Amino acid sequence: MKVLVLLAALVAAVAATETFVGHQVLRIVPTNDEDLQKVQELQDLEELQLDFWLAPRGVGHPVDVRVPFPSLQPLKAHLESNGISYSIMIEDVQALVDDEQMEMLRERRWLPLSTNTFNYATYHSLDEIYAFMDLLVAENSHLVSKIEIGRSTENRPIYVLKFSKGGTNRPAIWIDTGIHSREWVTQASGVWFAKKIVQDHENDEGLASVLDKMDIFLEIVTNPDGFAFTQTKNRMWRKTRSKHSNSICVGVDPNRNWDAGFGGSGASGNPCSETYHGPYANSEPEVKAIVDFVKSHGNIKAFISIHSYSQLLLYPYGYTTTPVPDQKELHEISKKAVAALSSLYGTKYKYGSIITTIYKASGGTIDWTYEQGIKYSFTFELRDTGRYGFLLPAKEIVPTAQETWLALMVIMQYTVEHPY
Amino acid sequence: AAMELPPSHYPAARAAALATSYLCYRRGGPGRGLALRDVRRARRQDIDGVGHKYHLELVLEDVLDKDSTVNCTAEVLYHLGNKHIAPDVQFTIEGELKNTNEADNIFYNRIKSLEKELVAENIPDSHGNVSPELEPIHLLAWVASGYVIWQNSTENTKFQLAHVKHVKQVKRSDEYLEFDYTILLHEMVSQEIIPWQMTVLWHPRHGVRVTQASRQPKH
Repeated sequence: MKVLVLLAALVAAVAATETFVGHQVLRIVPTNDEDLQKVQELQDLEELQLDFWLAPRGVGHPVDVRVPFPSLQPLKAHLESNGISYSIMIEDVQALVDDEQMEMLRERRWLPLSTNTFNYATYHSLDEIYAFMDLLVAENSHLVSKIEIGRSTENRPIYVLKFSKGGTNRPAIWIDTGIHSREWVTQASGVWFAKKIVQDHENDEGLASVLDKMDIFLEIVTNPDGFAFTQTKNRMWRKTRSKHSNSICVGVDPNRNWDAGFGGSGASGNPCSETYHGPYANSEPEVKAIVDFVKSHGNIKAFISIHSYSQLLLYPYGYTTTPVPDQKELHEISKKAVAALSSLYGTKYKYGSIITTIYKASGGTIDWTYEQGIKYSFTFELRDTGRYGFLLPAKEIVPTAQETWLALMVIMQYTVEHPY
Repeated sequence: AAMELPPSHYPAARAAALATSYLCYRRGGPGRGLALRDVRRARRQDIDGVGHKYHLELVLEDVLDKDSTVNCTAEVLYHLGNKHIAPDVQFTIEGELKNTNEADNIFYNRIKSLEKELVAENIPDSHGNVSPELEPIHLLAWVASGYVIWQNSTENTKFQLAHVKHVKQVKRSDEYLEFDYTILLHEMVSQEIIPWQMTVLWHPRHGVRVTQASRQPKH
């Protein structure tokens, strides 16, 4: 409401500088030289304050002129007494200006002025999410900063938010959402997580103790090209938007492009496939950006990559049936995390290794991060189990984010309590 | 000799999903959909020369009333061999399902009395919205897709209805309602989105029947 009043005042302020109430636009077509001359003479009558949108050019060429209200009657009388015909093109210029203002407001879709007025219960565009990030940083610059870790195939910036209470190169937790662009509840949850961290970083004991010792890195739109494509062309797009080889097909599955069992069974060598692994590991800039970041940071202790749908919490491996050495511990953490998640709304999750729980998948994110030494590597598959699938109703965004956050807190707290 | 399977592992999950889709097709309608809530127990029997038989104990929920659940046992037999034959599915639902006669009749009469054939598309929309008048149409698609899923499932697939691209009512002279659907199925293992056309018949007393279904080219 407050914003509406402010905006109304702004519109009035702009309009007050120049108002077109009662103005009309007349069209005059000089049919002979005499008419033409008379019309040309009008240009010199400054007191009429005529505004020629189409100046006199020649016989037969239309002349369009905006006429302020006080000059209307005199001008019309003048034209009529000289036998110059005219028509009224615009009856009320101000009405048109008003309409245009309303249209522009409607199109702009209300950019929020703060992260407190941002609507977390709806899906947003890439621009809106990027604007949200900047707002969040501006409002909380002591805690949050934005890092560009690379550029996508279509040259979109790839951003990561860093939440830190200080220190230098502290051990860190990584969370990414939206690596598969059609999994919209994940990016939306990422936005919610960002706000949640800011809200709770002081008053929530658990989070405060995590941030006392560790940093959190959050990449909300991990696949911006794919995300833009789901908004404009194909809601079901999963992959990146790169073009390799001579295929007409576009895109690589960013969750088959990592250097762990790359190219093995569990991914496709067909560029037209949804699980195409790409020409070589890290061929995708979206993947390479994270690889470079993780390697140069060197101190990431937990890595969580978030997908939808299926309601699963998964740990490595996907590319081999050999269990990871830390299988027992990861299984226990998963059990606790899932219990915490379910405690909120009763949402049922299953958990286990990727290869036993969903399918064999090679070149996957957390297989690589685990082999880099990041012991606490997990993947989530969020709501639902298929009733709506990728098209999860917006009203489920916040409940999904809330319950998932509880599981993330379990993993983060466990990580901070078990340094390695 | 049946081998016990971990309920959270994918072989049980895939068989359970298939059983649920089939069962939903047989028992569902525009006013009733059944979804898989939980896999309680799963066993697998390898029958020489025949195929793999799964014995499942499932918990199902009513999609329109999540608190309402029923227990169910199901047997799924995936046939051996190169020629694809739809799996055999048998099931028993413990207890009774909610009576949906009233909602069914309201929907039936509403569609029957339409002057122009119903046409709709993009259900749900990108944000997951389904308008209330189209909820039964969406649910009917979900139930009917159970047939397509059943006919095309193997131990290496897990299908779900992803989207209703387009639906058009076809007026009939008999008592059935007929709808021509173009749907998108999501196949979990390959992650592919597959367009499918299906002709669906429904009557409150006779249930759902898919009389025609054909896979469509991707684009």
